[in-house]
Amino acid sequence: MTRQVDARGLSCPQPVILARQAIRAGEFPVEVLVDTRTSCDNVRRAMEMLGHTVAVAADGDDFKLKITR
Amino acid sequence: MQQRFSSFFASRRGILVAGAIIGVVAALLQYLGNPPNMGVCVACFERDMAGALGLHRAAAVQYIRPEIIAFVLGALGAALVAGEFRPRAGSAPIVRFVLGMFAMVGGLAFLGCPWRALLRLAGGDLNAVIGAAGLVLGVAAGVGFLKNGYSLGRSYRTYRGAGLILPLLMVGLLLLVVCRPRFTPDGPIFFSTTGPGAMHAPILLALAAGLVIGGLAQRTRFCTMGSVRDVMLMGDTHLISGVGGLLAAAFAVNLVLGQVHFGFGGQPVAHSSHLWNVLGMSLSGLAYALGGGCPGRQLILSGEGDGDAGMFVLGMIVGAGVAHNFALAATPDRIVGGAIEVGGLGPAGMVAVVLGLVVCLAVGFTMREKL
Repeated sequence: MTRQVDARGLSCPQPVILARQAIRAGEFPVEVLVDTRTSCDNVRRAMEMLGHTVAVAADGDDFKLKITR
Repeated sequence: MQQRFSSFFASRRGILVAGAIIGVVAALLQYLGNPPNMGVCVACFERDMAGALGLHRAAAVQYIRPEIIAFVLGALGAALVAGEFRPRAGSAPIVRFVLGMFAMVGGLAFLGCPWRALLRLAGGDLNAVIGAAGLVLGVAAGVGFLKNGYSLGRSYRTYRGAGLILPLLMVGLLLLVVCRPRFTPDGPIFFSTTGPGAMHAPILLALAAGLVIGGLAQRTRFCTMGSVRDVMLMGDTHLISGVGGLLAAAFAVNLVLGQVHFGFGGQPVAHSSHLWNVLGMSLSGLAYALGGGCPGRQLILSGEGDGDAGMFVLGMIVGAGVAHNFALAATPDRIVGGAIEVGGLGPAGMVAVVLGLVVCLAVGFTMREKL
């Protein structure tokens, strides 16, 4: 089952902190929803630094990041 | 084409280049008339603007700084072009206002923001090392709070007009600096005739420089506080590459222009009262960490439509008025009879810095969500 994190409206670096907590649980994939390009870039960079694969898709005005092992 | 630019700016090379450009521009602005080691100090310049509007009466620091105006408008332009203008607000605005006020109180205890700490360092002012240590301490405390669930809550989409309020305010200030009206015979708008407030680059050059910096900072997310925070929080050295670029480039240009003078004592618009340099910047660093960005970043976010960042900016401007009206700001070192008379804080300033630390710690401890 996909684990979902709604980080919309949260300022830097909370989306990254929430994403890191979600992947620490070890259940993949993790979907992170953010509402700014900055948060999207930050989460993607942090997850890629940890060795995960990240796919980004637009979701209306928001961004959905799908993080896999 | 736009995609290629976006990828470049999001890369490490992109932010390094942007930081270097900011450093070069800042050092050149000093050469062109801005105060020494203060090419683009966000805190100092917002303090000058508060003075020009009559929010304080420190006659030596009153000028409407075009650079600050242009940071916001440059960021607005870049955000509009990139489709990143997103009007939003509602994340504990009054808390952000108070954080902005105390960030300024701390900044005026040190006599500068993190941007100026870098520029002071690039000019050889070793007091900035002490200030930078304080900044790191403050940000470390902020990181501790973030790891334990600190959050000011979510912001929400709002009206386009709401996102344009701070940029429009900046347009108004631009009109005031261009037209220089006097609203009463002895009243604002005030422009310093001596002191740092009287030192400024030509308006058009200052505007152009600010637009470039605002645009670059918007595209790269340049943030001095964030650079320290990200290293501590996750070992991410992306943002700090930009800070390194700024420091190295400003130092190089200063060397060429003869603007480097190493030492602690007698540095321009600085004091060597080390304890209050540390504590002042600790207060600022903590307030910036809790507010989600350094003072430059708050201006850039305001240009992107972030009303909460706009509240932080307004808090800083009002905080500057309070700091000077109530004698909370530090006095620089002076040379008296050939000897250095160490400046620093008066009793009220010391109390204000401690009070600010107490308030910011209370914010950090009490405003948290269960993780």
